Amino acid sequence: MKALRELYMQQFKTTFIMMLQYRASLVIWMMGHVLEPLVYLIVWSIVSNGAGGSVGDYSTHGFAAYFIVLMLVNHLTYTWIMYEYEYRIREGSLSFALLKPVHPIHSDIADNVSAKLVTLPFMLLIAAGLAAIFKPAATPALWAVAAFVPALLLAFILRFLLEWTLAQAAFWTTRTGAINQIYFVLVLFLSGQIAPIALFPYPIRVAATVLPFRWMIGFPVELLLGRLTPSDALTGLMAQAIWLGVSLVLLQIAWRAGVRVYSAVGA
Amino acid sequence: MTSPAIHIHDLSKIYVVNEREVGVKAALKSLVYRRTRDIHAVDGITFDLAPGEIVGFLGPNGAGKTTTLKMLSGLLHPTAGEVSVLGHVPWKRDKEYLRRITLVMGQRNQLIWDIPALDSFELNRAVYRIPPEDYRLMLGELTELLELGPLLQKPVRNLSLGERMKCEIASALLHRPQVVFLDEPTIGLDVTMQRRIRTFIAEYNRRFGATVLLTSHYMADVEALCRRVVVIHHGHLLFDGDLSNLVQQFTAHKTIVVQLGNCQSDLNSYGDVVSCSDGLVTLRVPKAETAHVTERLLADLPVIDLLVEDPPIEEVIERIFAQEPL
Repeated sequence: MKALRELYMQQFKTTFIMMLQYRASLVIWMMGHVLEPLVYLIVWSIVSNGAGGSVGDYSTHGFAAYFIVLMLVNHLTYTWIMYEYEYRIREGSLSFALLKPVHPIHSDIADNVSAKLVTLPFMLLIAAGLAAIFKPAATPALWAVAAFVPALLLAFILRFLLEWTLAQAAFWTTRTGAINQIYFVLVLFLSGQIAPIALFPYPIRVAATVLPFRWMIGFPVELLLGRLTPSDALTGLMAQAIWLGVSLVLLQIAWRAGVRVYSAVGA
Repeated sequence: MTSPAIHIHDLSKIYVVNEREVGVKAALKSLVYRRTRDIHAVDGITFDLAPGEIVGFLGPNGAGKTTTLKMLSGLLHPTAGEVSVLGHVPWKRDKEYLRRITLVMGQRNQLIWDIPALDSFELNRAVYRIPPEDYRLMLGELTELLELGPLLQKPVRNLSLGERMKCEIASALLHRPQVVFLDEPTIGLDVTMQRRIRTFIAEYNRRFGATVLLTSHYMADVEALCRRVVVIHHGHLLFDGDLSNLVQQFTAHKTIVVQLGNCQSDLNSYGDVVSCSDGLVTLRVPKAETAHVTERLLADLPVIDLLVEDPPIEEVIERIFAQEPL
């Protein structure tokens, strides 16, 4: 455990040093994370104002609160592993990772977490700026704020494990772009990124409840904004735990099978 | 008798590759029917390495050297055969095993490109759980032996190829591996840097008693470091033994260098004239006729000096790789 902690600390430091090297790329990534929810926020504000000040349960200021929190949650749970994995396999850098006496997922976790920690203060500043402009409105209860913390943590772990598992597709195909595209479209619709799940028709709401995507992004947002009952929150946390367990099993299966393929066809 | 550090028995690796003819028709056909072909990259090779031994692993491109090194380091699963390295089965990739070996590939980079090598070293310290004192000592030794001092603080991308290779080697050896697989560690380096790396490998082997399996296309590396060589070609083991015996076994000729007053035109009757310049003639003669030809040369010509030697190792290797009859 001490060795793992040491590894994580060192990876944090390395990622931090690397991020200072890649300042411009960091700013561009952050802009992407701001712009996407900002576009939805503006669109839904226009729709809401046009519909007399609200759509469903969401007022114009309610949309502002939703998309500003969503921006932060999405930023904190986002991973880039699916973009990177194909490159690692094609360029052979995965071989060096396999030669190390630690599972490669550890360096990815540490890398991801440290990148989030470095960028979070800037994202909070941006969120404060957006809040000053769009005047968000939300009425969260104290218990909901407390439950948001584990929900956010579970959302991050779930999204990380699921995307790490899907990234393993690169062991079988060198064209993972198409798989990534399908996944990102599903996430966009069914996680609550494009609009709050409550505004979708019934079949989509059911799909969003059954599938993992909402539990990775939309659920913590709704929870923090006080839009869920304690019972909804509990169901959500349980759904997160179940999907986390499923992802963990899938990850192990995909990883073992992937490494077997990798070590059969040439690394 | 000590057990070998590396034991390889009847090791094979077959790659199954898709194959199709050129053209649109063949491409469409391949959608429903895929023809595959077996490539025997390594075909039943057997050899052992004793602890602390440095062995040159030679063969032309595509001979199966890198495939073998990848099987030994646990990156590839063999199709058949047995391998044991330090008592471990490599492709199980036990953590304990991975802590005791290293693989350096001259054409691949492990160091993080945009940050100083020292930062990558620190990460390796944590990955390999190197105690702080051991790390400090080893870093000091490697810095001294490889003259890394001024290089460690520079971003890796700003280093020359040779400087980067020295840092790559240091990074791969920080955890003091007992078995070192080196796949063309001097490729693309200038002569001075090649020599420095060669000297370092010999010193590392001497200081730490590490077992080293080295592939290189530079015979100077092999001659300087390896008493024993293993030669493979088309996946088959061609030779395993002393470098000097390789020359004996694979060459049916000797080279006679004769210093004459000037270049004679009719020396072809003594053997194949390889070169002639300023009266220095190099002849290639069948091994069995060496004594007789030498006698004739001394009797017939105004010989100032005469030297009988084996052909250069590069020439022997070149001929083995080209599979010319020797």
